[in-house]
Amino acid sequence: MEILQQIARSLEGGDDAMVPQLTRQALAAGIAPKTILDDGLIAGMNVVGEKFRVHDIFLPDVLLAAKAMYAGMEVLKPLLISAGVSSRGRVVIGSVQGDLHDIGKNLVGIMLKGAGFEVIDLGNDVAASTFVAEAKSREACVIGMSALLTTTMPVMKEVVDLLKMQNLRGRIKTIIGGAPVSRDYAAEIGADAYGYDCAQAVENVKKLAAAAG
Amino acid sequence: MEDFRTRLGRGDAILADGAIGSLLMARGLARGAAPESFNLSQPQLLEEIARLYLDAGAEIIQTNTFGASPLKLASYALADKTTAINQSAVAAVRRAVGERAYVSASCGPSGRILKPFGDTEAEEMYVSFRTQMQAVIGAGADIVCIETMSDINEARLAVRAARSVSTTIPLMATMTFEATPRGFFTIMGVSIAAACSELEKAGADLIGSNCGNGSLQMIAIAIEFNKFSKLPLVIQANAGVPELRQGRVHYPETPEMMAEMSKELLAAGVAVLGGCCGTTPDHIRAMRPVLDEENKTRHGHS
Repeated sequence: MEILQQIARSLEGGDDAMVPQLTRQALAAGIAPKTILDDGLIAGMNVVGEKFRVHDIFLPDVLLAAKAMYAGMEVLKPLLISAGVSSRGRVVIGSVQGDLHDIGKNLVGIMLKGAGFEVIDLGNDVAASTFVAEAKSREACVIGMSALLTTTMPVMKEVVDLLKMQNLRGRIKTIIGGAPVSRDYAAEIGADAYGYDCAQAVENVKKLAAAAG
Repeated sequence: MEDFRTRLGRGDAILADGAIGSLLMARGLARGAAPESFNLSQPQLLEEIARLYLDAGAEIIQTNTFGASPLKLASYALADKTTAINQSAVAAVRRAVGERAYVSASCGPSGRILKPFGDTEAEEMYVSFRTQMQAVIGAGADIVCIETMSDINEARLAVRAARSVSTTIPLMATMTFEATPRGFFTIMGVSIAAACSELEKAGADLIGSNCGNGSLQMIAIAIEFNKFSKLPLVIQANAGVPELRQGRVHYPETPEMMAEMSKELLAAGVAVLGGCCGTTPDHIRAMRPVLDEENKTRHGHS
């Protein structure tokens, strides 16, 4: 499946013209949309995420790769839906109140969509009460929160506490990420999981979605 | 007050101030509110903070305008108040310090990402910075401080915008670096070498680094800057890497620790030394005698 590797490589290079073109070629060659998604687009994005994590590449490369991923997903989306690839569930994501950094959160959102989740992105500067209200009304199984500023981290605890107060901890799981937070902080505030990077965030959301119910 | 450029030319080490945001929070700034919203509602608090830093020995006092470019204020629906917010901040510091310190107009990132990586046109960003610069320079700021930049193109637009308003105002431009296996880079991939050449070309008078991961890394960053630039160096470090203790943000570097590490920064030739996130008037007060000693050394007194 050399074409899948080509898709992954073009995505790593941020080529948002080549990725949809190769995606169409792969479809024409009879490769299943889900296979193109997993072994082409997501495989490429995983490499990008890892290279970013070890400072091999910087944000501009990641942003271009994300654009290319979107372009490829636009081609696949109608096919995935008609092929009945069922949603893994709904995830509400956002950057916490007072935080206007959204790059990490956006990447996780793209990767979650790629992994088959329905993603409700509340954007930046999201209040604790908004996270919980949206997750309830949209019947989401996971809330994903990102922070880049230390001063905004306590909002994450407020979300966990709100869920606790409303007896929603079983039904709605929480995961946190962002530069200033850690596994220890997740444990300290009672969040269900921590995402060190995009790939780990997606893996943990999969586990949480399976556990929520 | 002696002319700022004269002091730079003489090679003085000049002390700037520390963080404003945490002091505003201690005075009732709500989380999620724009720090600049206080500029119109409670400018007396800005005066109070400026006085604290002045009393601590700072000679450069920053205005509370880090996020006061219209593009950034737009995220708080305050863009239409840009000019008033900036003017009020400059006026508040001036009332507090008179001519006893330089009023330095802070200008941080727009919060937007330039095309092709993001959605913002260079022209739109330039106009945004220019609007802020017209307000702060028009209100009588002595210095402009463009800081916490990670995109060199955005930093250049801000420097050019300031220069378009005043060809003479002293202009500091600092970026935020992190250590990688290949050296220091901003998150947008800008090296210190690139920062030096581009910021100087754009018209900055002083360049350097602020924010980041504490004083120790700043010493290495300062040494790196010296390899690529002869411009006066500005360093404003965070008080270490923040930790969360019992739900509260804690910065590990004490005033004494930062004062101690200031010696090495000054030995690296730093011209303007101040603090960024987590630093307080106590940090600045502790650094004051270190600068006084350094200036004696620099000017050949014993």
